Amino acid sequence: MTTPTTQVVRRKLVAGSQDTTELLRHAALQAKRRKFSEILIVDADAHHYETESWPEIVARIEDPVIRLQASGNSTLRGTTSILPGTTSGDIEMSGRIPRYARRVKEDGNPSEPRDVTLIRRAMHAIGIDYTVLFPGPLLRLGFHPSPEYEVQVARAYARWLTEVILPADEHIKSMLYLPFQDPMACLQLVREFGDCKGVIGFLVASYRDRSVHDNAYMPLYAELERRKLPLAFHSSVEWTERTFAVMNRYVSIHALGMPFNHMVHMTNWVINGLPERFPGLRTIWIEGGLAFVPFLMQRLDSVYMMRSSEAPLLRKLPSEYMREFFYTSQPLEVPLHSLDMLRATFDMIKAETQLLYASDYPHWDFDLPSQIYDLPFLTQEQKLRILGENAADLFGLGRNVSS
Amino acid sequence: MAEILVGEVDDFDQDTRVIVEWGTNHEVGVLRVGDEFFAYSNRCLHQGGPVCEGIVIGKVNVNLDNEKRALGRTFSTTELHIVCPWHGWEFDLETGQCASEPSLRLRKFPVKVDDGRVYLVV
Repeated sequence: MTTPTTQVVRRKLVAGSQDTTELLRHAALQAKRRKFSEILIVDADAHHYETESWPEIVARIEDPVIRLQASGNSTLRGTTSILPGTTSGDIEMSGRIPRYARRVKEDGNPSEPRDVTLIRRAMHAIGIDYTVLFPGPLLRLGFHPSPEYEVQVARAYARWLTEVILPADEHIKSMLYLPFQDPMACLQLVREFGDCKGVIGFLVASYRDRSVHDNAYMPLYAELERRKLPLAFHSSVEWTERTFAVMNRYVSIHALGMPFNHMVHMTNWVINGLPERFPGLRTIWIEGGLAFVPFLMQRLDSVYMMRSSEAPLLRKLPSEYMREFFYTSQPLEVPLHSLDMLRATFDMIKAETQLLYASDYPHWDFDLPSQIYDLPFLTQEQKLRILGENAADLFGLGRNVSS
Repeated sequence: MAEILVGEVDDFDQDTRVIVEWGTNHEVGVLRVGDEFFAYSNRCLHQGGPVCEGIVIGKVNVNLDNEKRALGRTFSTTELHIVCPWHGWEFDLETGQCASEPSLRLRKFPVKVDDGRVYLVV
């Protein structure tokens, strides 16, 4: 017996191309049931695969020798002669997360850049009004041993993004990748692209051999502060890095590596008094999770009380500076059996004003807005601030909900 | 109890998932592995992903020798998991029990095969 309201749908797992709308249809249902269309939702960390548009980026590389070198491998997604090869692990879980392989088959809309179509599909399904877009494989650019390659590709990416992607949709924003191995090139990039449409800040992909308190970066921070543009640190991991090379599984690398690199930079940032030197420069800490923050607050406060002479620029406890930083929510470490620790974490980071919802879509550990919206210990007002209003205020986006 | 016709036995191969939706919030996935049919709620217990549309793969085991040294990994041929395609949460194909947290379990539905036809029982 089949009831009149029953619908039977047949799906094949492998054949055919991916359809983001179909893949995320459950996300759309969640959005509909929670009336996300009436709520401002800003995704402070989403990604695209810029390597799928590699020839367009290569064409914008200024150095003709590097441009020729880069163009020779344009069909090898993410493993070109320029981008450092991935030793970050089995992100796709050996095919268990099939969207990585399938998305290359997904069709765009011929009337606009394919990236824009795919981004819009995800935004629409999830219920996002504004998305802050970051690159994918280019986040590893800083691992390239030669700074000139990082500078050349970072500049080409900035040109492509500001010429092709960002002008196509006012709801797509970006914080541009900084070639952090070359402080002067970073400063030049901020000055050249800081006023471009859709650019709302700049990004350090935060595994680096460089110290963020190096004097060479002070002009960069001063320029960002003067322009009122935030500086984001987006965590990433590298398996071959000495600390992590002793680990044998990506679950270990990811669990420790993403917050670890944030902790290194955050500690340097605080202990060397960067918040005192640049009180108007707002920092955002992306994709390290949140659980590390209470640990680092307690640890730094405890040691600082005994060794304050080593941090003479500080005028308050390290944790008090950290409560003024902004954090993105993904990957939200939601405990399975008790939310007490998560609630305490939200209290410690002052989530009501400092936490920004982020999806990280389409990456393997993405979070939907319901991860925030369904938390029972948040008030409705707190949910609205975290899901969109904090980011709207930080980035100057306005509070209007998309139609 | 109602029986919903979801197709002929021969309509199913290992990559086929039949999704049955009814009401405002019911969605069940039917799949075939070997000669057996399985049906579970198609909402992952993690973030609501379409869990029945994931791959089926053997549980990964570590082989330890008598001295408890790890001698590599293998896929189980008897314990199969269905994997949510959104984030990779794994569930036992026979029971719906979450592989990493046994207190969590997908809701299972009976499947009946009669005269070459497959029915979901709800």
